[in-house]
Amino acid sequence: MGQLFAVEVIGRGIFQDTLAKNITRGIVLAAHNEGKLGISFGRYGDSPERNGIPAKKFAIVASDDQTLQLGMAHYQPSQVDLSIVLDDTLTKGMEAWAWDGVHAINEAVKRGGTMIVVSLQDEEALLKFIHRRKEPYKLGIVKGLASFSGLWVYKDDHTDVRILGAITKALPELFGWKSVEKYIKEKVKGGELKAESARKAYERFSSVEIPAGKGNAEPLPKFDLLKWEDMRLGTSVTGQPQGGPIEDPVTHTLGGHKPIRNDKFMKYTTRSQRPVINFQTCTKCTLCWLNCPDGSFDVMPDGTYDADLNGCCGCGICEAICPVENCITMVSESKFDSNDSEWLRFKKSKDEYLTWLDATIKNAEKERTHGFRYRGQYQKDAPAALELAQKS
Amino acid sequence: MATLTAPVKETRKFEEQEALITGSEAIAVACKLANVDVITAYPIRPYDTVMQYMSQLVADGELDCEFIVAEGEHSQFEIVKHASACGARTFCGSSGVGWMYAMEALTVTPALRIPLVALVGNRTLDDPGAFGVEHNDALSVRDLGWMLVWVDNAQEALDTALIAYRVAEDRRMFVPLAISCDGAFLTHSQSLVKIPAAEQVKKFLPRYDRGDLLLHPDNVISVAPQANEDWVMEMRRQNYAVTERACDVIREVYADFERIFGRKYGNPFFEEYRTEDAEIVLLGMGTLSTPVKVTIDKLRQQGKKAGFVRLRWFRPFAGKEIAKSLERFKAVGVIERDLSLGSPDLSGVVATELRSAMYSHAKTRPPVLDFLCGLGGREVTVEDVEKITDLTFQAAKGKAEPLTQWIGLRG
Repeated sequence: MGQLFAVEVIGRGIFQDTLAKNITRGIVLAAHNEGKLGISFGRYGDSPERNGIPAKKFAIVASDDQTLQLGMAHYQPSQVDLSIVLDDTLTKGMEAWAWDGVHAINEAVKRGGTMIVVSLQDEEALLKFIHRRKEPYKLGIVKGLASFSGLWVYKDDHTDVRILGAITKALPELFGWKSVEKYIKEKVKGGELKAESARKAYERFSSVEIPAGKGNAEPLPKFDLLKWEDMRLGTSVTGQPQGGPIEDPVTHTLGGHKPIRNDKFMKYTTRSQRPVINFQTCTKCTLCWLNCPDGSFDVMPDGTYDADLNGCCGCGICEAICPVENCITMVSESKFDSNDSEWLRFKKSKDEYLTWLDATIKNAEKERTHGFRYRGQYQKDAPAALELAQKS
Repeated sequence: MATLTAPVKETRKFEEQEALITGSEAIAVACKLANVDVITAYPIRPYDTVMQYMSQLVADGELDCEFIVAEGEHSQFEIVKHASACGARTFCGSSGVGWMYAMEALTVTPALRIPLVALVGNRTLDDPGAFGVEHNDALSVRDLGWMLVWVDNAQEALDTALIAYRVAEDRRMFVPLAISCDGAFLTHSQSLVKIPAAEQVKKFLPRYDRGDLLLHPDNVISVAPQANEDWVMEMRRQNYAVTERACDVIREVYADFERIFGRKYGNPFFEEYRTEDAEIVLLGMGTLSTPVKVTIDKLRQQGKKAGFVRLRWFRPFAGKEIAKSLERFKAVGVIERDLSLGSPDLSGVVATELRSAMYSHAKTRPPVLDFLCGLGGREVTVEDVEKITDLTFQAAKGKAEPLTQWIGLRG
């Protein structure tokens, strides 16, 4: 058997689908420049056309055809030499569409393999999200915001070639700098400039060893894959119990309503930004509760509405529909390491919460990756975006 | 659990009535006796006859049920699917391309374990538009988990409809069942039928009990979620398990039918006609049994030992039993009103299926010839059947080519 390499690229559905595809294609074509063979494909069941859904793409590269066939015999590689994470909020884990449970982001990385994350944070900050595991691996960062490069009119920020440059450093056996430079210059639009970006990433990239047991200690939900005789008949699953009122942590009175949600299929890993709510200015108008497509708003004992952050996909409709200024603000998920209730925090210490809220939503706009803040924003912003697209 | 009726020690004789009714009307009468809760309808010939009889029963106050005329066949089958999930006994049906228009709903029904009973008034699939019988409409669901049964007279239509509810609603089954009645020959022809008393039917047919699969606010379940590759194979295996036990359940129900109503059907899966000492047999489904039986009688007078096997249940296909029965003849001539274009030997569906069963289970394998005839509702004549038996006798003597032939075709 010759050399065999597997690389996975994890991105957010639709937003990073083209970007992830460009990277896996780039890996195969750069390696091909030194005589290697390869294939590039996406995990079919991910349904990456869905907004924000964590989705995987793969590149399998081999030194010869027979070895490549061995690599292709498994549709989805369970072990990869390299894992590329295009959005640092994905490091909290990924739950593929249709009932697969939340998986650790690093679960497929081989012992001693490397995970590269596009992030503005450092390794220590990311390890608050990345689940600990039994085998050591390496973690490296390519500095940047989650890129939408390749999506419609979004700007090409060179993330694709910067990743290829970093790979050259992380796994030189896969392809050398000359091969990736040749690929970028010959096959990528704007090749000269982009080759320069790739070279910088190649030179700057470094990774750190993550020892066994280091990282987020939070347990992941366990999934029992039942035998066919033990499953319910008729393609049916039992529903959740109804739920009921919840307790006010200060007055200890019961009130409001919180339904019981499925603790296996939670959906929160689809989220790259979350609603942060000012319960002080909330007018209890019910619009967020009525319009949330995932039904993740609950009625609190004081009549305000809080999003259940295990079920929230981060679409931002609540922010757009809320009639009160700065009452609901979408904030990058990278700022949070817990799904705990914001309302409980507010109730326990109002001043502390409101101070935190002001500081948190102040710079929120700069870190936004997608979504509209209010109704009519698209119509307002479209002409400028169109002009930008025509220029580039 | 099995729903075998407790042994009956009955001395009183139930009052049977006799009526001159069509096959469609017989099905409608059976639905009245089964006291169905929800009927959906959308007109298409020849199925629409049953819709007319049923609406008459509802209008006359003889049948208390929801009678819903849908805006098309797809909705028609979706409505009863949901009603059945909520515990209602349902009836539905269609013909030809109407049945095909419902195909998406037909596809999802078996996996949801819905014991829907439907009538397919067999009709030619368009194009060209034609009212007459062909069997390809009902056969289109043969691989999807539906049970399929063919009947050849109005009495059998009535009895089989009662049997159908009992089989489909057996907890071990819970899959949809379609009764096929040949367009015109059965759906539109009146004959004398014995109608059993309602009390008898009550003894035979217990209440439809969906148990923990009932869609109801008191039993909170979610039906038909997206599942993908981690779960689908196990779900498919559950429906496969139904087909593994289907023949046993059907046998039980026919035995119970005979005990309660006194009418004997013998082997539920196929009827044998003058096969005891036959050298060759013909095999077919539906109303072509009449010209075939008449021809067999005629040939017997001439000393030619021919017999006939009429297949009732196509799904489940009692392959082993059929093969064991047919292995004793010198040649088999399948006579069928369907096509399976591009199939092995370019035969029809029934012959292809039969050859597969014979290959697996028959100790000796007589040649199985296939005769495609009566398409588009064309009459299968005694002369046609004589020609078919001649060719099958020749096959018994060694001339078994060609394997598939068109009969009753001009040119």
